[in-house]
Amino acid sequence: MKSDFVVEFHDVVKIFPTPEGGTVTAVDHVSLEIKQGEFFSFLGPSGCGKTTSLRMMAGFEWPTSGEVVIDGKVMGRIPPYLRPVNTVFQSYALFQHMNVFQNIAFGLEMEKVPKAEINRRVGEALEMVKLGNMGRRTPKQLSGGQQQRIALARALVKRPEVLLLDEPLGALDLKLRKEMQLELKALQEQVGITFIYVTHDQEEALTMSNRIAVMSKGKALQIGGAVEIYERPNCRFVADFIGETNFLTGKIKTLAKDQVTVQLDSLNQEITGIRQGNLVVGQAVAVSIRPEKVRLADDDNKKVRELRGTDNLLRGKVVTTAYIGSDTRVVLELQGGLRMRAWEQNAISTLDPDAYYSAGDAVRIYIPVENTLVLPEDAS
Amino acid sequence: MTTAVASESPAKKFSLVRALRENRVAQGFLLISPANIYLFLFIVLPLLLVAGLSFLSRGDYGQVLFKFNPANYARLFDALYGKIMLFSLAVGLGTTLLCLLIGYPMAYYLARAPARQRSLLLFLILLPFWTNFIIRIYAWMMILRSQGFLDSILQWAHLTTAPLNLLYTPTAVMIGMVYEFLPFMVLPLYTSLEKIENSLLEAAADLGAPPWKAFLRVTLPLSVPGMIAGTILTFIPAMGMFVVSDLLGGAKTILIGNVIRNQFLTARDWPFGAAASMILMILTMVFTLYYTRKAGFGEELLV
Repeated sequence: MKSDFVVEFHDVVKIFPTPEGGTVTAVDHVSLEIKQGEFFSFLGPSGCGKTTSLRMMAGFEWPTSGEVVIDGKVMGRIPPYLRPVNTVFQSYALFQHMNVFQNIAFGLEMEKVPKAEINRRVGEALEMVKLGNMGRRTPKQLSGGQQQRIALARALVKRPEVLLLDEPLGALDLKLRKEMQLELKALQEQVGITFIYVTHDQEEALTMSNRIAVMSKGKALQIGGAVEIYERPNCRFVADFIGETNFLTGKIKTLAKDQVTVQLDSLNQEITGIRQGNLVVGQAVAVSIRPEKVRLADDDNKKVRELRGTDNLLRGKVVTTAYIGSDTRVVLELQGGLRMRAWEQNAISTLDPDAYYSAGDAVRIYIPVENTLVLPEDAS
Repeated sequence: MTTAVASESPAKKFSLVRALRENRVAQGFLLISPANIYLFLFIVLPLLLVAGLSFLSRGDYGQVLFKFNPANYARLFDALYGKIMLFSLAVGLGTTLLCLLIGYPMAYYLARAPARQRSLLLFLILLPFWTNFIIRIYAWMMILRSQGFLDSILQWAHLTTAPLNLLYTPTAVMIGMVYEFLPFMVLPLYTSLEKIENSLLEAAADLGAPPWKAFLRVTLPLSVPGMIAGTILTFIPAMGMFVVSDLLGGAKTILIGNVIRNQFLTARDWPFGAAASMILMILTMVFTLYYTRKAGFGEELLV
């Protein structure tokens, strides 16, 4: 019977020995399910266990405990060459002694596909990555972006259940990377194969993925769609890692169903926010406020944008401002020297300098309750 | 005006310096000249001397007579020398092949060993070079002679009952040759195998290749530069070898190297020895050129 999920991790742990004789836990009790046809990303800083997770799916590593299930089958110690997955390597790992055609044909030859079919399928794969006339070249004669496409074609020509991509765009320059992101996403929708993507670039993950697993220190902290992990992070690390944010610290004073009031540590006041994760009264928490969700008003409310009576109100002073076109980025100082960043969108066009904040302005800082996220300090 | 004259004359005097300062070709020539002088003194000049010598005649007392004599070359096409030449070629090719067959697994193991073990193993491969080559060949005489080290061990283990009488046979020569040239095969092979990134083997496995297929399709072709460099480094000196055959082969196993040495030192027929040297060089060059035309020099190793 086919499972709904193409890849499952059941409480997977991977421990490596270190050269010094110790051990390091690369993947720490991770459980997750990846749906058929999904574009799923592992996102996290280097050393968070994302590549190890991918390598356990490919079969290059075996879990220390727990199970990796692919296509309903427990993988155990099945070697890579018997798994229904293919990998696009970070270094591309193209065979330099073969030309492009031979590189792509390699996997089909291993399956003993008839010669005529190999020729047809390699041709199609080359067309798919828009390198139709490059078959006779050697990998060295290609640019980085072209090599990347060949690596992609070489893996996809095998028609795997799952395509594993280990930071495949890492070596490309920014412009090419952005192009390839969109192309990869379009390609994934076209071929309908499950893509599992490893990256440390949050923008890349947000752009392409249906769902993202945010990893840190071997743990999958949060798994969800782009909107979910950005707007409703479940812990301080996720809020910090995805996008930019301000943190205020405090202790929980009251807990309602989903609203929380927090006594802020260095400010003599309370703030109301929405509850993320398991919280108890008196618990030390981090309050995450995204800089673009802060609304500023000067004392006579001249420069104000829409406000609501329920908004949290803080008072502060402008330290510096930077006009960057779409936004004006304002650094604020609250009581007790606390700093906070606010991005004011430049929705109206004017050359009047008074329309913008400048250093020294006293401001009122409005933060809507739904944009004030109360998070546990550490993921539990 | 006097100052102008004074400043002009030194400029004329050092026109060579000025020419060098302005002429890039001359600069290049000057910079490369140490290498050119070295090559001329130690390769071109000796070669010309030997080539010239090979057309002269031997005097009655072993001295060289300045009399043109192409018969030295004609003598080499005598059946006796032809046989020795062919035998030498067989020994040279056999040594190269055996070194490749034994050296490949060694180099492979070395390249895959953990970094810490690797330097120790490399050190062990180079260790024999710390002792004089002739002393090491004498050691092989001790090992191979009848009732020597090898016989004792084999008989102690009840693998043989009688002495093998290996010393002074072509087999002993082959053992000595392979022993001597093995490091020259292992080191370039190691260099090329060590460069093969693990991700390439992972990619092969990922694409459906079991380990033995990954070896045949990825590792083996990528180690070809090392195989070429190793075979050249083994074959050329093996063709000219005479010490091993002298000490381990006795009077029965004569290589072209022994012929040359005997002509110079024993028979005192320098012109004939020079002719034999030229023929050996040409033979080796023909083989090596044919081989490198087909396969290259293994220059990929340097990249």
